Amino acid sequence: MKKLMAIALAGVTALSMAGCASGAGDGATAAVSEAAAAATEAGDAAETLATDAAEAATEAAQAAATATTEAVSDVLPYPATTLDAEPVSYADYAAAETDSQVVIDTYVQAKQGWWEDSDNGGLGTATLYTQTEEGGYFIYNIHMPEEDYDKLTEGAELKVRGYKSEWEGEIEITDVDAYEIGDGSWVAEPTDVTAELGKDTLAEYQNQKVSFKDLVVAPAQEGSDAAFLYNYDGSGSEGDDLYFNVTTAEDPDTIYTFTVESYLCGSDTDVYKAVEGLKVGDTIDAEGFLYWYEGAQPHVTNVTVK
Amino acid sequence: MRMHKIMGRAVAAMLATILPLVGLTGCHGAATRSDFAVPDVFSDDEEIELTFWAKNDTNKTQTAIYQKAITDFEALYPNVTVNMRLYTDYGKIYNDVITNISTGTTPNVCITYPDHIATYLTGSNVVVPMDELMADPEYGLGGSALRFDSPKKSEIVPQFLKECSLSGHTYALPYMRSTEALYINEDYVEALGYEIPDVPTWDWIWEVSEAATEKKADGTYALNGQKVMIPFIYKSTDNMMIQYLAQSGAGYSTADGGIEIFNDTTSEFLQTIAAHTATGAFSTFAISGYPANFLDAGQCVFAVDSTAGATWMGAKAPLSDISADQRVDFKTAVRCVPQVDAENPRMISQGPSVCIFNKEDPQVVMASWLFAQFLLTNDVQTAYAETEGYLPVTTKAQESEKYRTYLAAAGEDESAHYDVKIAASKLLLANTQHTFTTPVFNGSTSLRNAAGQLIEDVVKSTRRKQAVDEAFLTKEYSQVTSLYRLNQISSAAAKNAAESAKNEARDLGPLPGTAKAILILLGLSWVFIAAVYGARRLRGKKR
Repeated sequence: MKKLMAIALAGVTALSMAGCASGAGDGATAAVSEAAAAATEAGDAAETLATDAAEAATEAAQAAATATTEAVSDVLPYPATTLDAEPVSYADYAAAETDSQVVIDTYVQAKQGWWEDSDNGGLGTATLYTQTEEGGYFIYNIHMPEEDYDKLTEGAELKVRGYKSEWEGEIEITDVDAYEIGDGSWVAEPTDVTAELGKDTLAEYQNQKVSFKDLVVAPAQEGSDAAFLYNYDGSGSEGDDLYFNVTTAEDPDTIYTFTVESYLCGSDTDVYKAVEGLKVGDTIDAEGFLYWYEGAQPHVTNVTVK
Repeated sequence: MRMHKIMGRAVAAMLATILPLVGLTGCHGAATRSDFAVPDVFSDDEEIELTFWAKNDTNKTQTAIYQKAITDFEALYPNVTVNMRLYTDYGKIYNDVITNISTGTTPNVCITYPDHIATYLTGSNVVVPMDELMADPEYGLGGSALRFDSPKKSEIVPQFLKECSLSGHTYALPYMRSTEALYINEDYVEALGYEIPDVPTWDWIWEVSEAATEKKADGTYALNGQKVMIPFIYKSTDNMMIQYLAQSGAGYSTADGGIEIFNDTTSEFLQTIAAHTATGAFSTFAISGYPANFLDAGQCVFAVDSTAGATWMGAKAPLSDISADQRVDFKTAVRCVPQVDAENPRMISQGPSVCIFNKEDPQVVMASWLFAQFLLTNDVQTAYAETEGYLPVTTKAQESEKYRTYLAAAGEDESAHYDVKIAASKLLLANTQHTFTTPVFNGSTSLRNAAGQLIEDVVKSTRRKQAVDEAFLTKEYSQVTSLYRLNQISSAAAKNAAESAKNEARDLGPLPGTAKAILILLGLSWVFIAAVYGARRLRGKKR
């Protein structure tokens, strides 16, 4: 009995395969003949099909990759890597109108990581904190290959041409269309701007490497004893930006919010861990870059608990 | 109804062997079939751990609601543990899912957009179709074996559910819905001598915005006395373009991915935007900053943002990124986004949906389905909707006493019942029939990005004193086409359309001889099986 059922099912199986393979047939007799042949050759056919499919997939992937490369390189190439243009001084840059094109010669102080920007054809992209002895710059989303990014160690000279832009008060350089990595090197010493906190003059130090002394850690939220939050309101989790509040001994009622920008200093960095370990009332020194978002929002890179 | 519930195990096993073979015979026009089969029962014995990737609007109340939903669900199903990973960006979720598809480590449950699901579906059996799950009498929507009060399918707003349908299958449940709203500084509009219409038009917006650009001799703006004034600022320029094209009856894309965005209406709209950018009447979030910050500082007349961002909008907004001394006092009006035809308003429907990913163990998929469904219960729906200007996706929640009471309490306080937030929810509630979504296909996310990019590039170029003329637009269209691979999407769409037309022309025709033979043999097999079964029963009775 089982044998008969197995034969019937095997017949159905073979016919199914034959039906798919041939796509058409003229009658039951012809179908049975096809089925027999199909059953005999099924193993070979499957193997061939699998091989063909794999080859086709490989070819398709290669074609897609080629098409992608062509599409990007034709229309959206990386910026030129030589720049034969005279840079402006920081004073001229500061005086330049927003949305005007500028050329600056500057030195990389820190970088926010490199990633492939899917919104821009997969081009490698980075954001940089740079500085000269006159002032600081924030170079936003500059496209460059990873090998160039790797050359931008702390202090590396970098000349760029881009547009002076402003976003929420942050003065930055965007849409860089040419850059050149130079031979020079200079690392800025942080400027102590503790005395400038709360004053309009603090803006003059925007994007510079700065330091703050003897700050007192305040509650991250009113009525809370937490010293920091993941995201500005505590809605995040480890790996997100850290926010913490500080005051000065001279003015304990005015609160300033500092940030550990996770793209700049991730959760595995000393500063991220140090801030996670802060307690309300701690006295700290801090270093970082004077980023701006609707007011000063230092991106902290180092915290020392006293 | 699941077949193996009404048949003996042996026959079910037989069917399980035969049915896939029958599937093979259906090569001409057969639909893709998921590997997932709804299990007989959901087991309490198996310890199941789910990963839930959720998105919040950087809003800790939303985080708390997710956490409460998880706790409540775990109490009902103690053998299930849900681990949540929070995102604040849909794009990041999308990228991470794509990455994890290749490694087979997708989450179990994920907040997502249908556009994104269209890409996930290019993987084989990655996302679980929900049609059978929804219809299951025991574990489906409103099912009898559920341990919570789930909505019936008929209680999900049909329009919202339809948005989760791709290629004839439902691949997600809507979770929350929002639209965009026009947040208006009413005092400024009145000061300029205008009255806010019930349905503002683009013409009206541009006219008032231009009036607001007037400056005094000292360089400050006449309207606010400040150095900064961007009369009209738009958050999501992709929506701006999409809605304008829909309102104008102009092309954007075909249902299967044909690209139609590069048309005369688009060009005219971009020229209009350039003209108003040049006068300083218009800018965007990407170029200048958050509309809410400008609105709340009295530096803007019209701010367009999601209704899900309503708690940031207005003089009394409970959430704000600007310091108290920068905020100004004014009346805030909420209207639908600018319209081409005030008599026939059209606005985008957006907001998160929830999908579940296929796994080897059907019990795990079942647990994922139960959790996804739990997110549609009244408590979760109303609580989450009340955090922002969202709308619950079920009529069951919308019509609940709790939600009605909430809406009626608009303005009673400036936090939970913030009037601008509730006005935003009411806007969508009143205009659900006027909402639309764009076609979803593999590549629709790219087209959406391209739509926004056109506006961003035009605004940026105008601010940089570059002429936005016909030559500019020709080049721009070419660049955007390449940047977002729109030519590849169009080619794929054309191929699909050609194949569809070919199949339609063939009309499939008569069954091939082999198929006929299979059907005959199958019929004979069943007769044979039935005869054997009957003979055995007869022998058993005799015995």
